[in-house]
Amino acid sequence: MKLTLRIWRQASPDEPGRMVAYEVPDANPDMSFLELLDVLNERLTLEGDDPVSFDHDCREGICGACGVVINGQAHGPRERTTTCQLHIREFNDGDVIDVEPWRSVAFGVIKDLMVDRSGLDRIIQAGGYISAPTGSAPEAHSTPVPKPIADTAFDNATCIGCGACVAACPNGSSMLFTSAKVAHLNSLPQGAPERAERVLNLVEAMDAEGFGGCTNTGECTVACPKGIPMDSIATLNREYLRASLGRK
Amino acid sequence: MAVTTPTRPAPAARPPRPKRSSSAPLNFWRSTIGKKTVMAVTGALMLLFLIVHMLGNLKIFFGPTDFDHYAHWLRTIGEPVLHGAWFLWIMRVGLGLAVILHVVSAYQLSRRDLKARPTKYVHHQRARASYATHIMRYGGITLALFIVYHLLDFTTLTLNRHGVEGAAYDNVVSSFSVWWVTVIYIVAMLSLGLHIQHGFWSAAQTLGVNRPSRDRALKATATTLAVLLTAGFIVVPVAVLAGLVD
Repeated sequence: MKLTLRIWRQASPDEPGRMVAYEVPDANPDMSFLELLDVLNERLTLEGDDPVSFDHDCREGICGACGVVINGQAHGPRERTTTCQLHIREFNDGDVIDVEPWRSVAFGVIKDLMVDRSGLDRIIQAGGYISAPTGSAPEAHSTPVPKPIADTAFDNATCIGCGACVAACPNGSSMLFTSAKVAHLNSLPQGAPERAERVLNLVEAMDAEGFGGCTNTGECTVACPKGIPMDSIATLNREYLRASLGRK
Repeated sequence: MAVTTPTRPAPAARPPRPKRSSSAPLNFWRSTIGKKTVMAVTGALMLLFLIVHMLGNLKIFFGPTDFDHYAHWLRTIGEPVLHGAWFLWIMRVGLGLAVILHVVSAYQLSRRDLKARPTKYVHHQRARASYATHIMRYGGITLALFIVYHLLDFTTLTLNRHGVEGAAYDNVVSSFSVWWVTVIYIVAMLSLGLHIQHGFWSAAQTLGVNRPSRDRALKATATTLAVLLTAGFIVVPVAVLAGLVD
């Protein structure tokens, strides 16, 4: 397959960037999108050009490191699929594909397609955990969890923190990410003791990072490779309201 | 062959997160979710008012005597417990506050949202959100301007062609007999319908009352309310222009 990639090239955070077109004449339909970038980078390296920088790690859709906006869609055209799991067979021979970094004031471009997502880490630090004494793990059956609650918690725990929600949101909001943490931890008995404090801290940290607010457009849920639903945002709002009214 | 590996810039010294105030209402108002909650509650109050307003308007089809009597009664609600027109003023102050809080929250949140996403994608995103969601801000501005015009038309009677205090029926007929006034009202009411269609469901989401099991019912209610209110409001100017009410 012959593809043309138009990629955002930006040498450093302070320099202006621009879209640069590259032809990849030897794309294999069975390649992943990241492998397509690898093939391009191999050639750029041999030609003495600067390869395209992009974040990646596990390449099996579970780490949340990769993620670029492909033809205006975070993680590309296939729903519930990370960039690394997106295959070139989703495209047609001769396609021109636009590749851009996540866009949000809270995610500064480091280089090319690589952005600084440490804002999400600071949200996690503010409350994306439960406090537990160290030592051996407690017997799992000692705290019964009803099946529907375990399911909700697990569905939300599948969030890999890739930031596609922020990239897709017209307001650059991280509500879906934050809501996944709240819907995960606040629904479980293990998270109950810190329930109110957690949601207050998470929202405070989220707002402090400069993310926008939620206008319930739902763009985030479409982009989310893990299918975190809008219901999680309703849960976050409910938990925040509850905690603000002083209920523990 | 030199390959430059991008190094992450050393993290700039970040200002510490501002300490949370001891005042819970202040923290709430400062947060994005708090402001959205204020918008949801004030929006719900305005929606309740609009339902009553629309139903009251339809009394115009019972003729001038009924309609003017109804208009007069609105000024006397609550008597003799309340003094004359006090109820009216309580409503005006309450609704005025609701509008102000709604607009201030919307303005502050919109500014924040636009700042959070300064760079647009070169390849435009295909919006999956509905048209109603897409034009909330413009619709809101349209409605704010319309409210000013509407008050000057029928409350202060400044712009009203008939403009006789107490002659509500004739005032309505005189305004809507002009085609472009009717057009303004129709455009404003279509904006209102779209605003409610997204706003009602969005408020349920913001207040955390939405659940997966209620989602469809809430969306259906939003659309029904939007259609009924728009139709109920538009039918009066259209009837005047068509000569059914004169």
